[in-house]
Amino acid sequence: MAIIGSFILKRLAIWGGFILLLLDTLKQCRQMPRLRHVLRQMAHLGVDTLPIVALTMLFTGMVLTLQTAAEFIRFGAQSTIGGVVTIAVGRELGPVLTGVVAAGRVGAAITAEISTMKVTEQIDALKVMATNPIGYLVVPRLLACMIMLPLLVVFGDIIGSFGGWIIANYYDISSFMYMRSIDVFVISHDFTGGLIKAVFFGIIIAIIGCYYGLYAENGAEGVGKATTKSVVNAIIAIFFFNCFLSMILYR
Amino acid sequence: MIDLINVNKSYNEFAVLKNINLSVKKGETLAIIGASGSGKSTLLKLMIGLQRPTSGEIWIKQQEISKLDEMQLDKIRLTMGMVFQYSALFDSMTVAENIGFGLTEHSDLSTAEIDKIVDEKLALVGLEKFKEYMPNELSGGMKKRVSLARAIAFEPEIILYDEPSSGLDPIMAGKIDKLIKYTQQQMGVTSVVVTHDMDSAYYIADRIAMIYNGEIIALGNAQIIKNSDDERVQEFISGGRIIR
Ligand SMILES: Nc1ncnc2c1ncn2[C@@H]1O[C@H](COP(=O)(O)OP(=O)(O)OP(=O)(O)O)[C@@H](O)[C@H]1O
Ligand SMILES: [Mg+2]
Repeated sequence: MAIIGSFILKRLAIWGGFILLLLDTLKQCRQMPRLRHVLRQMAHLGVDTLPIVALTMLFTGMVLTLQTAAEFIRFGAQSTIGGVVTIAVGRELGPVLTGVVAAGRVGAAITAEISTMKVTEQIDALKVMATNPIGYLVVPRLLACMIMLPLLVVFGDIIGSFGGWIIANYYDISSFMYMRSIDVFVISHDFTGGLIKAVFFGIIIAIIGCYYGLYAENGAEGVGKATTKSVVNAIIAIFFFNCFLSMILYR
Repeated sequence: MIDLINVNKSYNEFAVLKNINLSVKKGETLAIIGASGSGKSTLLKLMIGLQRPTSGEIWIKQQEISKLDEMQLDKIRLTMGMVFQYSALFDSMTVAENIGFGLTEHSDLSTAEIDKIVDEKLALVGLEKFKEYMPNELSGGMKKRVSLARAIAFEPEIILYDEPSSGLDPIMAGKIDKLIKYTQQQMGVTSVVVTHDMDSAYYIADRIAMIYNGEIIALGNAQIIKNSDDERVQEFISGGRIIR
C-alpha cells in the first residue's frame, strides 16, 4: 500500500511540476521570443522528424489496408476501404504516431540539450546575464512544437493514406474507388480533430522535454537518466491525452 | 555595495555556510580564499541570487535580494557579471556570440557595435584569433578567458570571479590578475575574487577573507592575513601553493 501510495504521490508531484512549468512558460510568452530562435527550433524539428514520420506513416497506412482489405472484400465492402483507412489515420494513427516519433526524436533532443546546459552551469550563466531560462529556452521550443507537430501530421496523414492506396491497388481496388470512398466517408473534422490533437502533443513534448532538462541531476549520468524519463513520460502522456481528446472530439 | 548579514546556507540539512557577515565597499576588491569544499563558490552564487540563503540577508546596492523574484533579480543582475569556475560558456554559440550575449539580449547596440566591443574584450584576454571558434574547440584555460571577457563585456558595476586564473599558465595568470586590477582601477568595478593563489590575492585584493568549513575565520588586508596568528590561516597561506 505504502509503495503504491508513494508512487502515486510522486507521479502527482511530477505532473504538478509539468503544469507549473507550462504556466511559467505561458507567463514568459508575454515578451515575444525572438523569431530567429523559434524558426531555428522549427527547422531542427522538421528536419529531424519528417523522414521518420513519413516512413512510419507509409508503413502504417500499408499495413492497415493489408489487414482490412481481405475482410472487407469478403463482405463486399471494398468501396469503403479508402475512407476507413483515411479516417483511422486522420483521427488517431497520424497524430499519435507522429507524436510518439517526435517524442523520441525531438523530446529526447530537447532534454539532452537543456540538461547538458544545466549540469555545465549554462543555465546559471543565462540567469546571471539577466536572461530568463524559461523565456529563452522553453518558449521558442514550445512554440516550435505547437506549430510543427500539426504540420508533420498533415504530411503524415497524406503519406499514410497514400500507403493505404498502394496496398489497395494490390487488392485490385481501383484508384478511383479508393479516392471516391475517401470523398464519401471522410469529413474535414476527421482531419482537423487530428490536428488539434497534434497541437496538444506538441505542448506535451516541449514541456516534458524541457522539464526533465531543467531539473536534471548533476553529471553525465543525470543527462542520460533525464532523457529516458522525458521520452517515456511524454509517450505515456500522449496516449493518455489522445484517449481523452478522442472522447471530446469524436463522441 | 555588497553586504551579507548573518547568512546561513544549507543543502539538505548540511550546513555549507555558517553565519557569514561580510561587506564589500564600492570599488573594492575582496579576495576569498579557502580549501576546496569550504563554500567559496556557494558564497558567490548567493551574492548573485543563483542560490538563496537558508537564513540571513544579502544586500546588493541597497536592495535585499534574497527575497526578490527572478524578474526583480534580473534588474540587479544587469549590473553584475560572473566568471564561473568551470567557465559555463554556451556551447551552441561561437566565442564571439558568447561574449556579445548580454549586449545582444539587453542593449540596442547594432551588430557592428557589438562586434567592436567583442573584439576589444577578446584583445584584453589575448584571444583575437579565436573569435569564430566554438567553445569545445578551446582549451580549459582559453574557455576561462572567454568567460572573463563575457563577464566584463557588459561593463558591470560588480564582478564575481570564481577562480579566474586556475588552470592557466603563470604568465597568463599574471595577465588575468592585471586585467582584474585594470577593471577595478579604470572602470571602478567592485569585485569579489575566489582564488587559491596567495600571490594573486595579495596583488589584486584590498582585503582578503578566509573561509574555513563555511565560516569566515580571517578578514583583512594582506598584512593582517600574513600576520594572522590563526594556525589554519598560516597553514593555508604557506602551503596553499603546494597543496594546490
Ligand atoms: N547544489 C548543491 N547541492 C548539494 N550540495 C552542494 C551543492 N553545491 C555545493 N554543495 C556542497 O557545498 C560545499 C561547498 O561547495 P562549494 O562549491 O561552495 O565549494 P568551493 O569552496 O567552491 O570548493 P572548490 O574550491 O573545490 O571549488 C561542498 O561540500 C559541496 O558538496
Ligand atoms: Mg568552487
